[in-house]
Amino acid sequence: MIHSLFLINNAGDIFLEKHWKSVISRSVCDYFFEAQEKAMEPDNVPPVIRTPHHYLINIYRDKIFFVSVIQTEVPPLFVIEFLHRVAEMFQDYFGDCSEVAIKDNVVIVYELLEEMLDNGFPLATESNILKELIKPPTILRSMVNSITGSSNVGETLPTGQLSTVPWRRAGVKYTNNEAYFDVVEEIDAILDKSGTTVFAEIQGVIDACVKLSGMPDLTLSFMNPRLLDDVSFHPCVRFKRWESERVLSFIPPDGNFRLMSYHVNAQNLVAIPVYVRQNISFFESGSSGRLDITLGPKQTMGKTVECVVVTVHMPKVVLNANLTATQGNYTYDPVTKILVWDIGKLNQQKLPNLKGSLSLQSGAPKPEENPSLNIDLKIQQLAISGLKVNRLDMYGEKYKPFKGVKYVTKVFR
Amino acid sequence: ETNKLYCTSVKCCIFELKAELNSDKKEKKKEAVKKVIASMTVGKDVSALFPDVVNCMQTDNLELKKLVYLYLMNYAKSQPDMAIMAVNTFVKDCEDPNPLIRALAVRTMGCIRVDKITEYLCEPLRKCLKDEDPYVRKTAAVCVAKLHDINAQLVEDQGFLDTLKDLISDSNPMVVANAVAALSEISESHPNCNLLDLNPQSINKLLTALNECTEWGQIFILDCLANYTPRDDRESQSICERVTPRLSHANSAVVLSAVKVLMKFMEMLPKDLDYYGTLLKKLAPPLVTLLSAEPELQYVALRNINLIVQKRPEILKHEMKVFFVKYNDPIYVKLEKLDIMIRLASQANIAQVLAELKEYATEVDVDFVRKAVRAIGRCAIKVEQSAERCVSTLLDLIQTKVNYVVQEAIVVIKDIFRKYPNKYESVIATLCENLDSLDEPEARAAMIWIVGEYAERIDNADELLESFLEGFHDESTQVSETHTHTHLQHVLHKHTQNTPDSDNPDLRDRGYIYWRLLSTDPVAAKEVVLAEKPLISEETDLIEPTLLEELICHIGSLASVYHKPPNAFVEGSRGVQHKRLPARTASGESAESPDAGQSVGGVSDAPPAVIPSQGDLLGDLLNLDLAPPSASVPVVPASMQMGVDLLGGGLDSLVGLHRPSGSQYIAVGLAGGTGGMPAGLGGTPAMGGGLGDLFDLGGGVGMATGSYVPPKAVWLPAMKAKGLEISGTFARRGGGIHMDLSLTNNAMSIMTDFAIQFNRNSFGLAPAGPLQVLTPLAQNQTIDVSLPLNTNGPIMKMEPLNNLQVAVKNNIDVFYFSCQYPISLLFVEDGKMDRQVFLATWKDIPSENETQYQIKDFHLNSDAASTKLQGSNVFTVAKRTVDAQDLLYQSIKLTNGIWALAELRIQSITPNYMLALKCRAPEVSQYICQCYELLLRN
Repeated sequence: MIHSLFLINNAGDIFLEKHWKSVISRSVCDYFFEAQEKAMEPDNVPPVIRTPHHYLINIYRDKIFFVSVIQTEVPPLFVIEFLHRVAEMFQDYFGDCSEVAIKDNVVIVYELLEEMLDNGFPLATESNILKELIKPPTILRSMVNSITGSSNVGETLPTGQLSTVPWRRAGVKYTNNEAYFDVVEEIDAILDKSGTTVFAEIQGVIDACVKLSGMPDLTLSFMNPRLLDDVSFHPCVRFKRWESERVLSFIPPDGNFRLMSYHVNAQNLVAIPVYVRQNISFFESGSSGRLDITLGPKQTMGKTVECVVVTVHMPKVVLNANLTATQGNYTYDPVTKILVWDIGKLNQQKLPNLKGSLSLQSGAPKPEENPSLNIDLKIQQLAISGLKVNRLDMYGEKYKPFKGVKYVTKVFR
Repeated sequence: ETNKLYCTSVKCCIFELKAELNSDKKEKKKEAVKKVIASMTVGKDVSALFPDVVNCMQTDNLELKKLVYLYLMNYAKSQPDMAIMAVNTFVKDCEDPNPLIRALAVRTMGCIRVDKITEYLCEPLRKCLKDEDPYVRKTAAVCVAKLHDINAQLVEDQGFLDTLKDLISDSNPMVVANAVAALSEISESHPNCNLLDLNPQSINKLLTALNECTEWGQIFILDCLANYTPRDDRESQSICERVTPRLSHANSAVVLSAVKVLMKFMEMLPKDLDYYGTLLKKLAPPLVTLLSAEPELQYVALRNINLIVQKRPEILKHEMKVFFVKYNDPIYVKLEKLDIMIRLASQANIAQVLAELKEYATEVDVDFVRKAVRAIGRCAIKVEQSAERCVSTLLDLIQTKVNYVVQEAIVVIKDIFRKYPNKYESVIATLCENLDSLDEPEARAAMIWIVGEYAERIDNADELLESFLEGFHDESTQVSETHTHTHLQHVLHKHTQNTPDSDNPDLRDRGYIYWRLLSTDPVAAKEVVLAEKPLISEETDLIEPTLLEELICHIGSLASVYHKPPNAFVEGSRGVQHKRLPARTASGESAESPDAGQSVGGVSDAPPAVIPSQGDLLGDLLNLDLAPPSASVPVVPASMQMGVDLLGGGLDSLVGLHRPSGSQYIAVGLAGGTGGMPAGLGGTPAMGGGLGDLFDLGGGVGMATGSYVPPKAVWLPAMKAKGLEISGTFARRGGGIHMDLSLTNNAMSIMTDFAIQFNRNSFGLAPAGPLQVLTPLAQNQTIDVSLPLNTNGPIMKMEPLNNLQVAVKNNIDVFYFSCQYPISLLFVEDGKMDRQVFLATWKDIPSENETQYQIKDFHLNSDAASTKLQGSNVFTVAKRTVDAQDLLYQSIKLTNGIWALAELRIQSITPNYMLALKCRAPEVSQYICQCYELLLRN
């Protein structure tokens, strides 16, 4: 199982180490540094590195490398999932997962790591349980602690660890009982020149923020559950009921969690919310070219398209761009050859247009390919797949909760 | 100030901390311990404070207790005597009314890797394993694994393993999961005891626990389930049905472990079953979903998908698009996606794939671009209909003049030429234009090959080759090999033009040229021989099927990331069982033959003809504790009976010494009795040694024949074996094989209880009886023993072929060494072939299997040579004299029925012999030639 963990910053300093079995010298990280050097970019460091006696499995999160050392055959996904869980836990506890935050809370970090793994076996990795065992640092608590002499370690047995709902702690109490669900969808689509969809898929998630007292048993149903054929659930969801009735039935964890994620990739179901008319051409002579891009909304169910940004990767020979935008601002970076047009909200009446000339390096041959356009956007109050929550029912508790559902569609790369 | 511990601790000196730790104030103490922990965390040495910190342990404050425990775990190893002071508190805490404290105490104790402490751990641990509180039980289960890691013997003696096995039927799913996890970890380092004894009842319990335990527990249970072999298809289906819901889990490791179980058990389902189709359909979406996770997870998923598409391409055949590369993918994801794209490429989607690949070839990352260009070539080779389009795409890329793109394109065009000869030669002109820009060995080699192959169609081929020749001496071997070969081809082409009667260069002629080359310049000859590359196949990098099957059983593991069986690289796992996919067993059949699908360890029998490759080495356990090995050891691979792991650690190093990279997984049909083996294996390791090795034979090879037995060589020096020195040699006497050993005791005490065992080897050599050392070996005493051998042992191809790995045990320890036997040891007495048969066989063996050797500086005449060789069962079938040359035709038969035919050319004018060997198993030729040389010289 997981033997040791080293946290390493971008400068290559090992600023924290934790060993769950015998101590492994930090010199083992030299193999990691070697790989890091070879990879050039931090993102490109291979996740599994083989050394003569160990394996180093690492992730790169928030400018920190989480490097774990293993000695026996362990599923790498298991390790990677765990490391992500550690990073999330730091985020959860300290507000951000940075070197400064970790160093400021080094003892809590150490206590957390000790609770999360025992001999390399995961012990408590649910935020709810951990918070019961080790209280997150707050200014108020450290003040109270210093006066009363009490500590931030829980005195009780983490009851959740033993129940069949290990993700929920017992005895939760709120004065305002509320449950919010965010349906967030991201479109990933490739269109060809004529606007025909080459490839399109929707990645959706339902993130929940549930603050309900006691042991509520929730049932969430959809207007059109058939849309969802490729789903993955939080462990709290009863899979049998989903299979038979297509409803999500679950006892929620306390606080924020991801209820489910899903994937829609049947081409006909993916409606592309905008259309683009573009014409970028380069002239045979005169070292120049023309650019003309117009964007318009389509299939937005009456919702406004916001935060629209168009990015164009220009060919290397394009020196500069002299353009006029009817809406928003554009910038062209001659070094990276990236043209960014920040449009903002999409106006139904007056379609935004960017037009003008491109100057090319003199004497260079005319670029063959048309540059590709990349469009980012966001639509509030709409799940582009058409997914709609029908109703949320609560059983097991008597009070009446406040319920809310929010939809967002995003296109981001 | 609590939040600034890190900063202050660096400044804090040990002295101040010591004072604070001994303070009366609780709060101050706690802060001090926190500072100590903070220093420890950043790697500062605070072990000097050990007694002061341990003093803080007896406290009611849970946080303080935990902090002290943290400290103890870190430093107990370096301060074992001090750590003993903490034992009492631990034992007391294990009786605490609060289960959290009980669990914490037993957990911490297990983490203290000090022998003295572990002794005290046994009693508390035994109680905790039976604790009424499941939280304590599940913690104790893990503690058994910890203890086993420190002292395996103790765990066995105390009976903890049985208690752990009982916990599999615990009422609490978390306890079950932890027990499974602990048992799996223990069995990994301890493969001989069948810890996870899986039967339908225990499987049912695991499946029930699977639904209720944590995500991590699910991984352990699924991985454990994957080791089970269902009795029949019905059981297999019912397990699959209960595992399928796991495919929707948010934790990708759970998903992949579930995929493993399904991929394995699916093998047992009849293909016409409706459920089989349903299952196939269910596997695709979760695999696709894995590709939208974090890049690190994607990478592991892709490595596994790579295996899955090789085993069952139908699952993802419609999902090509998800493997298209995104511009912000990390490079390691990009490269993997590319690989899978090629595997999924078919006539139906090739246009789309090529368009993508062409895009990739214009990206910035050099490695990625190179691989994309290579991928285009692989498409051409895989999908014949696309070849023309691929070639034109490659030509477009060559026009870009980007140096590395051009070079890579030329390399793949060469492969396309090899696959589709005489089809696309029209592009040669374009290639020749780029001659000057080629500066990489592989590209130069490719270009030279093309020029040579199509010499007659290139007007200035001579000039082109000349231009390459200028740099000949600076070239890497790869280029010069091809170069020499091409020159030869060129000469041959010229030659055929002069003699228009023959369409093909006559084989004899070619051989003659080789021979001429050989007699003038052996080094060049070596290069020529090596330059003969195998024909290009449909898909060059498919994983060998038995390995693929094994890897499918290891989906989700490190093995699946490296595409190698786990024992090939994981250090801790000595003797991992080899896993095979289960054979299909219908429910009806199994009633009659209950053991059909139930061989030991859930492994089904493999066909006996398949010889396990060297990868099996670590898995192979030589059981020295058994009485003399029986004469009828089955040839069935591994037979999967795990004995005592004696060879375990020792073989690690042995293997490291003798394993050539790359070729260890080629399973070769060397099986005895059949009298032949598949010829023409790509890149046989025997060739690797080449002729070069032939001339500097190591002195370590002990040579022995019927008449001549060479002096014993030291195989195991005394300093490596705690005073035991072993020297020995091999001899063939009276039709039997003997290993003659001298054992010398250089130690200070007497040695007793000798036993010997061989690892599996190429010809199945095994001791035919026990090692007869009847009296104890006193100090400075030497004893000679002759160990009769037979060839009925298990078989595995070794490298070199005649390598033998031996384990010798005595009362002190087990020692390992390896030695090499002359292959003449295996020449049998009835090896004389009839003349007619000889002639027919010689003609029948393809000329690729012919190898030529030169034996220098001999002055024996042919009759003397013939007599000498006859003594070692090399039989002269016929003799011919042509132009002052004596030609001896000789036959040899090996113990496993392989025949080797030889033509020995003895010239009276030069002192050199020429030996031409023909054998259906050309791997052995090299070794036979070595024997010729040794037999003749002695």
